[in-house]
Amino acid sequence: MDSNNTSQHISQKFDEEMENLRNQVLKMGGLVEQQISGAIQALLETNAPNAEKIILNDHKVNSLEVAIDEACAQILARRQPAASDLRMVVAVIKTITDLERIGDEAEKIAKMALNLAEDDAGFNSRYAGIRHLGDQVKRMVHDVLDAYARLDVDAALKVVRDDDETDKEYQSLIRLLITYMMEDPRRISEVLDVIWAARALERIGDHAKNIGEYVIYLVKGKDIRHLDIDKVEKDILS
Amino acid sequence: MTESVATKIDPSLFAPSSNSDDTEPCMDVKNLNLFYGEAQALTDISFQMKKNRVTAFIGPSGCGKSTLLRCFNRMNDLVDSVRVEGEIILDGKNIYAPDVDVTSLRQRVGMVFQKPNPFPMSIFENVAYGLRLQGMKKRRLLEEKVEWALKGAALWDEVKDRLNESALGLSGGQQQRLVIARATAIEPEILLLDEPASALDPISTLKIEELIYELKSQYTILIVTHNMQQAARVSDETAFMYMGEMIEFGETNKIFTNPAKKQTEDYITGRYG
Repeated sequence: MDSNNTSQHISQKFDEEMENLRNQVLKMGGLVEQQISGAIQALLETNAPNAEKIILNDHKVNSLEVAIDEACAQILARRQPAASDLRMVVAVIKTITDLERIGDEAEKIAKMALNLAEDDAGFNSRYAGIRHLGDQVKRMVHDVLDAYARLDVDAALKVVRDDDETDKEYQSLIRLLITYMMEDPRRISEVLDVIWAARALERIGDHAKNIGEYVIYLVKGKDIRHLDIDKVEKDILS
Repeated sequence: MTESVATKIDPSLFAPSSNSDDTEPCMDVKNLNLFYGEAQALTDISFQMKKNRVTAFIGPSGCGKSTLLRCFNRMNDLVDSVRVEGEIILDGKNIYAPDVDVTSLRQRVGMVFQKPNPFPMSIFENVAYGLRLQGMKKRRLLEEKVEWALKGAALWDEVKDRLNESALGLSGGQQQRLVIARATAIEPEILLLDEPASALDPISTLKIEELIYELKSQYTILIVTHNMQQAARVSDETAFMYMGEMIEFGETNKIFTNPAKKQTEDYITGRYG
């Protein structure tokens, strides 16, 4: 069933609870987006104070995860949701786990920014590839939250597909960074920090993809994890 | 993309209430229509029930689920002005064929009602009643059979020391299990349960549900219930009915997570239809 509106329950209180759940997830998503943007910015500018802010803010993401988990448990216990309501709760429980991990990855990127700042290395323009990768995963996270908010299967599918592109981008960035290390072994530790940041970005892409899969489950009731994307697309759009 | 792991894991492992799909059909309902006088109560119902499965019928009051249940042992024959069209095939034979002996049909298709209705006699005699009607006279045989039925209904341990006391002294939950024992004593093939737990407390309800799970290895069970969670817990297949029509019929796992029809979705999620 495609009717995933949270409203129109006979119990208005249930409507409110579901609507609240949805808004909390979007709020958490917005916060996570800020964390990613901020972390990437701090990295590119090797701005230590800003990086520290990002690290400090991670607990906000964590406490939202705990609060939403609690709300889901309450709904399961008190409402025994079925069908689209059940799928919504299940998808939310999974989504916030991935959002929390994205928060952790943003924190990692901020830590690498701190490292680079401490080494006083500055951000070498040779690492510009990371800006590109960063833009790409930021867009994925933004798009997938949008898909969640609008229950848009096509948009969610696109994010799932985009992850392949991100993985490729990541691979080629790593190859480039390895050549830098070979050229100048004195900068190995610095380049390693950049590699860790790139790795964190790549992981954020994976989490965005996961959320895309949950959106499809939520709307279509089909679990598409570990399946061939072309087949899935045919299946879902048929 | 790596090869699918999901396809290697059999989802039925996680759904203990589901048997495999290859069980043989037990009853085949074909284009069933039922009228109370001019009013049509059931409209063009067709579906198939599999052997040793539990099928739950859900739907709002007056949707025809009890009426449908009563078709399976021709209880509706007792109502004046009822007219049934279509067929219900049991073992290759239409139970509405003119030469069908209704009494023997009802021996094959037992029924339990919403309110426990023990006869005003002893516990033993309640269960032995149908057996005596079948002509069983030997005390020893009767005792064996009564014990077997009471054990099957998970009641034996609670009543074995007071089999000769009145059945009316049992609690509601015990009475309901007694009635199930009475129905199963004559070894029907099919059990019809019309809201068997709606008048019971939660613990007795769970006992009845557990009983249903155990009984399905021997019987095909049809249950009408207003309690959707109960339908989700006990049944393998669920039929959603609305205004005398069967809107959706399918695996319980599917109906309660991803129903195909909007009306089903609205009903089981508690939305305005």
